[in-house]
Amino acid sequence: MREIIKIKSLSASLGGRNILSDISFNVYDKEITVILGRSGAGKSVLLKHLLGLMDIQEGEVVIFGKDIAEMQEEEQKRLYFQMGVFYQNGGLLNALTVGENIALPLEQNSNLSHELIDHIVWSKLKLVNLLNAYYLYPSQLSGGMLKRAALARAIVMDPLLLFCDEPGAGLDPISLVSLDKLILNLREQLGMSIVVVTHEVSSIFRIADRIVFIDSGQVVFQGTLEEALQAQNKQVKNYFDTAK
Amino acid sequence: MKNKNHIPAYSLNIEETTLHLAGSLLIGNANVFMEEVLMCLKKYKHKQIVIEIDHLEYIDSIGVATLNYLKSRLDERKIKVQIDGGKKEIKLKLQTFSLNETIQIQKNKKVPFWEDVGYQMYRFLNDDLRAFIILMTNVMYWSITDLFKPKMQRQGEFYNQAVLIGVNALWIVLAMSFIIGLVLAIQSATQLRNLGANIYIVDLIVIAMMSEMGPLMPAILVAGRSGSAIAAEIATMKVTSEMDALKTMGINPVRFVVIPKIYGTIVTLPFLTILADILGIFGGMIVAYFYLDISFQVFINRMTESLYNRDILIGLVKSLVFACIIVLTGSFFGLRAKHGAEGVGKVTTQAVVVSISLVFIADSIMGLLFY
Repeated sequence: MREIIKIKSLSASLGGRNILSDISFNVYDKEITVILGRSGAGKSVLLKHLLGLMDIQEGEVVIFGKDIAEMQEEEQKRLYFQMGVFYQNGGLLNALTVGENIALPLEQNSNLSHELIDHIVWSKLKLVNLLNAYYLYPSQLSGGMLKRAALARAIVMDPLLLFCDEPGAGLDPISLVSLDKLILNLREQLGMSIVVVTHEVSSIFRIADRIVFIDSGQVVFQGTLEEALQAQNKQVKNYFDTAK
Repeated sequence: MKNKNHIPAYSLNIEETTLHLAGSLLIGNANVFMEEVLMCLKKYKHKQIVIEIDHLEYIDSIGVATLNYLKSRLDERKIKVQIDGGKKEIKLKLQTFSLNETIQIQKNKKVPFWEDVGYQMYRFLNDDLRAFIILMTNVMYWSITDLFKPKMQRQGEFYNQAVLIGVNALWIVLAMSFIIGLVLAIQSATQLRNLGANIYIVDLIVIAMMSEMGPLMPAILVAGRSGSAIAAEIATMKVTSEMDALKTMGINPVRFVVIPKIYGTIVTLPFLTILADILGIFGGMIVAYFYLDISFQVFINRMTESLYNRDILIGLVKSLVFACIIVLTGSFFGLRAKHGAEGVGKVTTQAVVVSISLVFIADSIMGLLFY
């Protein structure tokens, strides 16, 4: 199986405090990798490192075969074209309508005509069941709608790699199930490799191919869902037992 | 795996009523495909076309949208499109990523001009004006009531607001008033000297400063400086649900947030006005001394003759009215903020523009009343 992301001995500290220490794991092609861990475990900092939003202090992060610490600005930009990020609180631009938000990456990074972009935006809105939100502003959307709009923007360029930060937080169970189905569809049909940071155990059961469990900035477990359920590691066992 | 740096090719071939599409259709070649296919079909005469995709190797969701878009373009020309064949996974993608036939792309309806004017007027009267009057009534009620219930106010809040709104604006108000007095006197000095009416510079400066520039200058500066701060603070509280939180704790948001600002401004703006009057007159005095040979003693003697208590009072009344306008406008716009951070910026700008305009309008009305 081809590795899309290779993380080797990644360590990071903030204000003299160790946040990540010696993190190593791989994300494989066309797989959904779920990063798990309690609040404050270092998941967000890890995600920021993977997205190139924080400088790498120690270790190595290789995405699509290239070390992101050694990338030039242009290379990083090209990498971003192949990545979609679904932020926890949406990250939509408040000054633009939902339609404009979704169209933005295509308008800025492709040579597609406005009419075609418009068509693509409508099809993405249909995909996330948000057809009535095209002309609305992000502030006019409910939490769940905001999430779906953010996902539509994240996948508008059909990225090869999708990062989802807490996609299910704040969603009702029905919306959560349809969001999970959509994530699975994106993996199945478009061959996306997906990294999901989540706490939703029901989601993990539905979508996870591989689980990376982080505790106090360290990877304490990595493996498939079945392996995770049988793991003897205390934290992992506790996590799944409590969730049951 | 597809490599987006190397754009895979598609091929198309039109035979009678069939368009054979092969290869890959994705984000990198969608635009070229659209242009080419529309060019090929420019002189297409038949009423239907079959797009055969048996040899289509790969399509992404943008490719699917492109096929849909092509369909809608041909629909406009009354050409019926049928997509035929295709591998299982391609069919699945078409099913997942297509817009349903029944879904019509909704376009924003353009409202006719006069309908929009009528709606805006209705909204202004029914919504904005009503809300402003309600806020004004609330502020009047609570500012009078709270005078007799000092324990109901937050400890030290009046002092904080007085410092923020009034004391912190002191130096800029003093500097600007001095400059205004100086400029006013310089502009008048030449004309008065030509007429041999040097001494009247005193009347001009004193009356202009006391009843016009004295109250107006600090009001404009405070509106720009603190009016915007009031609007931004309240707007931020509104969009982050702090106002709702106050309400659900049984606290009246207007009473809690606006009343200390009203007290702070009402108390400090008249003081700023008096200081602005003094500095403005001092500026005029300096010009009179150097340009028109009017000594300080002569200037002061003439000032006592030309200045009436009424002029001082008019200036103070004006400053009180301006103080209410600045706080009410800032609070009104702040409380009407929506749409997140962008909304905060918008109402802050509106608050400054409207409060300065209202200060000028009120000044003109009072100028006519007290003439």
